[in-house]
Amino acid sequence: MITNFQVAYKNLLRKKVRTLLTIIGIALSSWVLVSLLGFNRGYERALNKDIDNMGFQLMIMAKGCPYEAATMMLKGGTGLKYMNKSLIEDVDRQPEVEKTTPILMSAVFDPNKGESGGIAGYFGVEPVSFAAMKTFLSFRQGGWFTDPNAYEVVMGYEAAELEQREVGDMILMPEKNVEFRVVGILNRTGTQDDGTIFAPLGTLQKIFDRPHEITTIGIKVKKGADSAKLEAKLYKLPDVQIVSLQQVKDTIMKLISTAKVMVLSIAVIAILIAMVGVINTILTSVWERMQEIGILKTIGAMPWDIFRLIWTETLILCITGGILGVVFALLLARLTDILIRGVLPYAPGGGLVLIDLRLVLTTLVSIIVIGLFSGIYPAWKAGRIRPLEAIRGDSGR
Amino acid sequence: MSGYAISIETQELTKVYARGNEAVTSVDKVSLRINKGDFVSIIGPSGSGKTTLINLLGCLDNPTSGELCLGDRPIFGKGNNLSERDLTKIRRETFGYIFQNFYLIPTLTVIENVMLPLTFYRKPGTENEPLRLLKLLGMEQRKDHLPAQISGGEMQRVAIARAMVNMPEILLADEPTGNLDTKRSVEIVRVLKELNQTAGLTIIMVTHNNDLAQYADGLFEMRDGRSYEITEKAAGIGSAGAAQINI
Repeated sequence: MITNFQVAYKNLLRKKVRTLLTIIGIALSSWVLVSLLGFNRGYERALNKDIDNMGFQLMIMAKGCPYEAATMMLKGGTGLKYMNKSLIEDVDRQPEVEKTTPILMSAVFDPNKGESGGIAGYFGVEPVSFAAMKTFLSFRQGGWFTDPNAYEVVMGYEAAELEQREVGDMILMPEKNVEFRVVGILNRTGTQDDGTIFAPLGTLQKIFDRPHEITTIGIKVKKGADSAKLEAKLYKLPDVQIVSLQQVKDTIMKLISTAKVMVLSIAVIAILIAMVGVINTILTSVWERMQEIGILKTIGAMPWDIFRLIWTETLILCITGGILGVVFALLLARLTDILIRGVLPYAPGGGLVLIDLRLVLTTLVSIIVIGLFSGIYPAWKAGRIRPLEAIRGDSGR
Repeated sequence: MSGYAISIETQELTKVYARGNEAVTSVDKVSLRINKGDFVSIIGPSGSGKTTLINLLGCLDNPTSGELCLGDRPIFGKGNNLSERDLTKIRRETFGYIFQNFYLIPTLTVIENVMLPLTFYRKPGTENEPLRLLKLLGMEQRKDHLPAQISGGEMQRVAIARAMVNMPEILLADEPTGNLDTKRSVEIVRVLKELNQTAGLTIIMVTHNNDLAQYADGLFEMRDGRSYEITEKAAGIGSAGAAQINI
């Protein structure tokens, strides 16, 4: 016996191009929806990972805009402010502090970076305290510096790939014209460390003429210690500001939420356009098949049977389009990632678009529900057609 | 006529259409009785109201006034006004319809077209009917063809099989040979005659072809919306002098 589904499916094949275009419209909406929802989740996860991988929960910086400073810390930049390294001893005395590490962040203009040059970030670090803070760092080649004042660097995974350097190679710091020997290359971490070049703190202080100065103190708080109380005490130190990475995260998420609202609005518009497309396709198909629907009624179809048939056609369109959209989203997640990175003020490392089974199912269910709503009007119209009027071709539209 | 139990009976059945500001009486107080197992033809010139009458008899249209009973059951009149839903139920349980334009679904194969009514409603014992009917109508070899791949005569055979698949009591055929040449027209009417004789099916056929009408056992002629039963069909179909007014 022939089923309702078979009849609906074969009806859709009658106008292949129209059916295909409608499915593409739904697929694009589904793609946009799943990618944006995936971005919402992926961005937060990537940002959390970036911040967790910094290894410390608090940063002390010289007074200025704390968020700008934090962003620079995460992403790199110029316009840095400096503080005395001796400050670290005051911090270490606090009972809540487990570990500290001093960092001198420096930036130079590299004319060979990108099409018109770019900023190359160098982090001056003390290998013992820095490595103790970032326990997840591991080496693909080599290891940390041999001497606190050596002209040696450890390169992040992507920095080494970009510069095409191996352990033992030399690398020239632009602007300063100083050569370093590459002594270590880190494994990929999926964080900003991948694009960073680490040098001994003392060496960078000397090159940039900043003896005893640093830009940042990273602080790891003891487990169970009162972080807020520590922050309050640290604020008493002269000319410094405290940046809690949770605050940084919250601020970045707040900035991103505006962009999220915009892109979600676009997704909603895309879905509405697809919905109108579905209604138009099905309604046109109903008008074109008016006589056939009349015949179906004369051979025994009740209004509900016709409603179900037309609704099934809508569902076939929506499910096919929805699945195609999800497949596009999965296949082109990397491309979406690149496009989103291009428009964001700050993009954490790792994948920005996170698509999992739950999201796929949520999207498909949403598309199906939207499809069901889109199909109601054409199906209802078709169900109400009076057989004789339809056969005569004078059914009022 | 066969003298079996009544299949359809009408009393002063009337249908008035509005054409602009003008009221047009398409069927005018028609009273007729068709018994179970009869093969009846309704003839008449274009615009005489024969299609309107068959649509009323088949519950596809509502009369303006008058009565219609199927067996003992009143459908229209006598204070009875059935809903569209009830009429659909009656249509699918009682009637099979054949039209001049076949109205096969172009995307479905011959066998799928025949099976289509069973998707919506299935009487018990109809499982094997599609294939049996296609065999009976000589269309078994063409069952997997699409309508566009078969001739007009074959399409009408498929339409007959589709109309028959739910074992209707009454088959209504509105100009079933209107789009066919003479040879195929005769073939189709012979098929109907055979179904009438072998299955005891009541058939009401509208035609403008007097030669084909001869295959029927009873004749009604429509003129200006009124129906005349012709008792002596061989004496001259369409001749008012030979007709007996039935109202």
